[in-house]
Amino acid sequence: MTELDVATAAPPALSKLPLDAVHRRLGARMAPFAGYDMPLQYEQGIVAETLHTRRRASLFDVSHMGQAILAGARAARALESLTPADLASLSPERTRYTQLLNESGGILDDLLVTRLPGVEERLLLVVNASRKQEDFALIATALPQFDFNPLDRALLALQGPRASAVLGALLPGAEDLPFRGWRAFDFGGAPLFVSRSGYTGEDGFELSLRAEHAEDLARLLLAHEDVAPAGLGARDALRLEAGLPLYGHDLDETTDPVEARLSWSIGKRRRAEGGFPGFERIRNALEQGPSRMRVGLLPQTKAPLREGAQLYASDDQAVGHVTSGGFSPTLQRPIAMGYVASAYAKVGATLSAPLRDKRVDVTVATLPFVPHRYFKPSAEKEAR
Amino acid sequence: MNDLRYSKDHEYVALEGDVATLGISDYAQSQLGDIVFIELPEVGKKVAKGKEIAVIESVKAASEVYSPVSGEVVEVNPELGETPALVNDDPLGRGWLIKVRVSDPGECASLMDDAAYSSFLKTL
Repeated sequence: MTELDVATAAPPALSKLPLDAVHRRLGARMAPFAGYDMPLQYEQGIVAETLHTRRRASLFDVSHMGQAILAGARAARALESLTPADLASLSPERTRYTQLLNESGGILDDLLVTRLPGVEERLLLVVNASRKQEDFALIATALPQFDFNPLDRALLALQGPRASAVLGALLPGAEDLPFRGWRAFDFGGAPLFVSRSGYTGEDGFELSLRAEHAEDLARLLLAHEDVAPAGLGARDALRLEAGLPLYGHDLDETTDPVEARLSWSIGKRRRAEGGFPGFERIRNALEQGPSRMRVGLLPQTKAPLREGAQLYASDDQAVGHVTSGGFSPTLQRPIAMGYVASAYAKVGATLSAPLRDKRVDVTVATLPFVPHRYFKPSAEKEAR
Repeated sequence: MNDLRYSKDHEYVALEGDVATLGISDYAQSQLGDIVFIELPEVGKKVAKGKEIAVIESVKAASEVYSPVSGEVVEVNPELGETPALVNDDPLGRGWLIKVRVSDPGECASLMDDAAYSSFLKTL
């Protein structure tokens, strides 16, 4: 068989996560990802870990991601020179999703930006592991007048419908954080940053703390009967089900935020004012519609369609390609996403893709495949 | 079935008369993780030693299965269409893939027996 060698031969230069020993004790199968030796799955396997996240709660170690603080007067306004989001209006303790863009409007990375509380203007950035060197160099170079400091902290994600109750019992008040809200809590005398966000489509939290305290936190969370560990495999399945793009696959320097279906993250003021790289292309795409769109794809077969598969219209014209594809544990069927020429990017359109020696029908579908269940305060609570 | 013979690619064969039952080892299924789809050859297809005879799709990736023997496919496991996870649950039993009428039973002799395969796994 092929593929097996990949899992067994890890190059020696991989960085270890702070919780490496915990993962190994939990029986994780490790695999290289973005230069880190990461838990791909635990003993339960990707399908069970995905379903557990949808039904209860899972703990993911995402310490490979890059965390940094950009500080200084008008830091948010300055960061707008690299991103299309309205960051100047970001309230303290709130998080916004955006992208770093190149001069032609292509996506260099996608990231979360949180305005920290306090008199001084400080922004907490969380970026993709595979891009952190480039991102940090870009920001430090482009905004030299600001203090820019990468943080050496662990990052855990607690995701699933039970996450709020579990975390609230440990950190009273965490359960009341709004979606994309942020607060610093005290965890055994150390600051623990809690952000109500995630990458699964479920309610959940991302927890940032110094590496030396991460094991205690992981142990406490995993001791709860509703919480099980989940690896990168489940994380990838969950985000694909939730229709969330993955940098390096669904987003790269050739894709702009409009065709990537991320227009919602472009600030209203920014659309008018511009002042970010690639404004011309993005304004044109917003006004005239992009030439291609990121879409959901449902292969009409039991076999998953994988990244790189070409998509054809009925007249055999190549009209797009798959950028992420796999099997949905929740829907028990293959799902995929990719880019398709706008004329074909209509829900229900039938395309085809070669799959080994066959050709399979592929239907354009709405994203997400599995509805998002982010936290919304109940009407009763809002009225109070 | 103690008479299993293994390839270095983690396939096994169990020869009875001139018909070999072929599947993947327990190690292989555990490395693949959750299996969600298996593409099997048609009955009657000629197979050659070392050539691809099936594709196993796990949640993460597609993996090719190579035939450790030459011959003709005489049966494919009818249960795997509906329940590919049988290969995870019982790779050496109900999770077999295909049966091949072998053209050269001597090919099996060059494969590893249980003890040799166990030693081989320790070198990985």
